Amino acid sequence: MTTTLTDAARENLEAGLEVKHQITSHLNPPPSYDVADHPLPVGREEIWRFTPIKRLRGLLDGEASDAELTWDTTLPDGVSLTRISTDEARELGELAPNDRPSALAVALAGGARLLDVPAETELDEPVVLRLTGQGADDLVWGHVVLRVGAFSKATIVLVHTGSARYAATTSVLVGDGAQVNVVSLQDWDDDAVHLGRDAILVGRDATVRHTSVSFGGDVVRMHANVEYAAPGGEAELLGLYFADAGQHLEHRLFADHNQPRTKSNVVYKGALQGQGAHTVWIGNVLIRKVAEGIETYEENRNLVLTDGCQADSVPNLEIETGEIEGAGHASATARFDDEQLFYLRSRGVSEKEARRLVLHGFFQDLIRKVGVPEIEERLTTTVEAELAKNVLKDLV
Amino acid sequence: MSTLEIKDLHVSVKTDDGPKEILKGVTLTIKDGETHAIMGPNGSGKSTLAYSVAGHPKYDITGGSVTLDGADVLAMTVDERARAGLFLAMQYPVEVPGVSVSNFLRTAKTALDGEAPKLRTWVKDVNAALQQLNLDPTFGQRSVNEGFSGGEKKRHEVAQLELLNPKVAILDETDSGLDIDALKIVSEGVNRFRAQEGKGVLLITHYTRILRYIEPDFVHVFVDGKIADQGGPELAEALEAEGYDKYLTKTAAV
Repeated sequence: MTTTLTDAARENLEAGLEVKHQITSHLNPPPSYDVADHPLPVGREEIWRFTPIKRLRGLLDGEASDAELTWDTTLPDGVSLTRISTDEARELGELAPNDRPSALAVALAGGARLLDVPAETELDEPVVLRLTGQGADDLVWGHVVLRVGAFSKATIVLVHTGSARYAATTSVLVGDGAQVNVVSLQDWDDDAVHLGRDAILVGRDATVRHTSVSFGGDVVRMHANVEYAAPGGEAELLGLYFADAGQHLEHRLFADHNQPRTKSNVVYKGALQGQGAHTVWIGNVLIRKVAEGIETYEENRNLVLTDGCQADSVPNLEIETGEIEGAGHASATARFDDEQLFYLRSRGVSEKEARRLVLHGFFQDLIRKVGVPEIEERLTTTVEAELAKNVLKDLV
Repeated sequence: MSTLEIKDLHVSVKTDDGPKEILKGVTLTIKDGETHAIMGPNGSGKSTLAYSVAGHPKYDITGGSVTLDGADVLAMTVDERARAGLFLAMQYPVEVPGVSVSNFLRTAKTALDGEAPKLRTWVKDVNAALQQLNLDPTFGQRSVNEGFSGGEKKRHEVAQLELLNPKVAILDETDSGLDIDALKIVSEGVNRFRAQEGKGVLLITHYTRILRYIEPDFVHVFVDGKIADQGGPELAEALEAEGYDKYLTKTAAV
């Protein structure tokens, strides 16, 4: 009797505060584990209209498959990597899937892998999970849960290499007061297809930084989604991508401010070069009625290096309360800035070197925010290699 | 040894209504070791002269010549002009996010010399140059011009002038927006540069204030894309007292 009353009271309260999903984003379908709630897209749907569905090579059909990526990792003391059932993952409180590939991944992966960092654990070294695909024809469903307990401090890096047709849901559960840094590197071979959703639940007064880096693959579509379990959480969502000829790299962001006094800051930077290079960036911030005192900013910058590229960039902001600290967005897609090049060249620096320097700076500005020295170094090296391979070769 | 010779220079910019002529025949020679001040009201073409000589792509040279020690400057690319010995301190230095001041300075020095500077002496030189201009030691780690105050931008331009040490320096309103302390610091830097043998300076300014600290050998008054008057330092004093009005009225009356 008492329990019933309490539950009823809580439901009423939650309905009033919209803690649950009574009001959903206009741009993101309601979350659901039921694959039937996420029908096969035809390509005109808001969330699919930028994606080349034919090039997903049947990934959305939802065929069963036992294939897996190879996992390679060394775990620090106290950190465990185990297999849990789909239901157990759900009970941990992960965010429900909000598109077809993430729903299929949960439904078909046959359980999840749980990386568990217990409460009050401070890790000195990053935990690196190396996930390698065995071949472009492998169909792989992935379900990963990264759980970092209250007041812990951890850096977790996922490195995707090799090739596969891979759809995955990665849940990041950040305990109260924890400080978590997650980096997801998509460094696939040219023929890989990767549809990923990283769904982050931020605990009370916790801070999380999530960096998505996409270089390789034929089609990579990554979704980063943040919600807050309690007030006071902060999320920084960073991204860096470099699309070469024929590549489609898509990044979709969704910061759902469902709690008061929470923060989100999104910065994604990309460069494109070569015929048919296509990047898509969709930013979305929802400020619910309950989310008073929040602060949010989203920004996307693209550098178009050659003809024949296309960069789509759409920032969105859905606001249901004006009682906030701040909300803003910016998007810019441009070629090299002639004034920057003139400034550098007026100091004797050749045109080629000036371009290299501007591009280096464009990405370095973001790379130095990642906060993991070995990853920053690797990113710098990779960016320089990309530049040397393509941008600068015509100018030699 | 350096002589910058500008002869009958005509420059235009593209506008929606077609090309518009900004410089209408400028002739000016800066000989070995001379400092020339160019003064004039806003819109008279002072900055256009500076940027045209440096090779900014926005400006079309429609006539005349510019030579540095006899070499055809107008035939050179922007970076070739710098390597030939020209330097432009800009009124509005450009931000280059993510590129640190120290990386930028080293890259420029390497480009100018054709080889990387000796690390130990270079670091010492950079630190000394920054210090002389009252710039914090951590300045080298900051992104070029990003988040700099107006004064920091100008002091950074003069630090570059000293470190890159060109033959001829063009200073485009380096004094604008500076308080008196910053103006003194910047002027001292320019004076250290021109105390060396044979360095030429073309100092563009709207105000006479900076000429109290950097005394010019010649003063040219720029009005409507041409030199309207020229003389020695005393001309600056006359301008200080009378302003540009008499030149402007003369133009209007024509």
